[in-house]
Amino acid sequence: MNSLTPYLIVSAILFAIGFAIIVTKKNLILMLMGVELMLNAVNINFVAFSKFDKIPEQGQIFALFIMLVAASEVAVGLAIILKIKKYYENINPEKLTELKN
Amino acid sequence: MEIVLRELQNGNVAFGIFCLVAVIGALYVLFSKNVLYASYGLLVSFLGVAGIFVFAGGEFVSAAQIMIYIGGILILLIFGIMLSSNKKMGKGRLNIENKDMVFSLTIAVSLSLLLSFLVLESKYNISSFKPQQHIKNLGYNLMTDSVLILEIIGVLLLMALIGATYIAKKDE
Repeated sequence: MNSLTPYLIVSAILFAIGFAIIVTKKNLILMLMGVELMLNAVNINFVAFSKFDKIPEQGQIFALFIMLVAASEVAVGLAIILKIKKYYENINPEKLTELKN
Repeated sequence: MEIVLRELQNGNVAFGIFCLVAVIGALYVLFSKNVLYASYGLLVSFLGVAGIFVFAGGEFVSAAQIMIYIGGILILLIFGIMLSSNKKMGKGRLNIENKDMVFSLTIAVSLSLLLSFLVLESKYNISSFKPQQHIKNLGYNLMTDSVLILEIIGVLLLMALIGATYIAKKDE
C-alpha cells in the first residue's frame, strides 16, 4: 500500500475495539487484552508513519520499545491479578469494592 | 479481470485480507463469552497486525510482534487465565459476562468514525514512496541514536520482571 490512510483507519478501528473491550468485559485479564489491542493499534500508526519518514527507522524503534513496555506491563499486571485472585477469590472488577464509600 | 490482477500484484488484496483478519479477531474478543476463546481471537488479531507491519515496511517489527506478543504476552495471558479461574464454579469457570454492550459499542463506533474522519480530513506532507528499508539500518540506529533508550528499556524490563516475581511469590 502506497498510501497512509488505510493503515490509520485500520488502527483507528482496532483502537476503538480495544476501548470497547475494556469497557465491556468484567474480567481483569480481558481488560489487559483490550489494553494490548490498543497498544497494537498505536504500533500500526508508528510503523505506517515511519514508512514515509525521512529517517525510516525511528518509528520502528518506537514500536519495538512500545512492545517491550507492553511485555513488562503484562508481567506486572498478571502478578497483581494473581494476588487479587488469592485475596478476593475472584477477578471481577465490579466485586472489588473494599474501598467503595 | 485486469483490474483484479493489477490489484493482486499491487498487494492491495493481501493487505485487505490482513486488515480483515486483525479486525475480525479483535471483534471476536469483544463478543466472545469464554476467556480462553477470547485469547485465541487475540492471537488471530496479533497475526493480522504482524502482516500489516510487513506491508508498512517493518519486517523486523513484524517478526518481533510474532515473537514478543504471540510467543510471550499471549502465553503469559493464557497462564493467567489458567491460574486465575475459579475452580469452585466448575464447568462455567471460563465464562464471562458482557456488561454495557450497547453503550460500549456506541462509544467504539463513534470513536472509530471520529478518528477515521480526522484521518480522511487531514493532509499529510508525505514524500514519495521509497524502497524498502533494511534491518541493518535499524540495528545501526538502535546502537547509535537511541542507545540510551535501549539501556533504559533493559533496566525497566529487569525491574518489571523482578517486581512481578516478587509480587506473585507465595507468602510465608
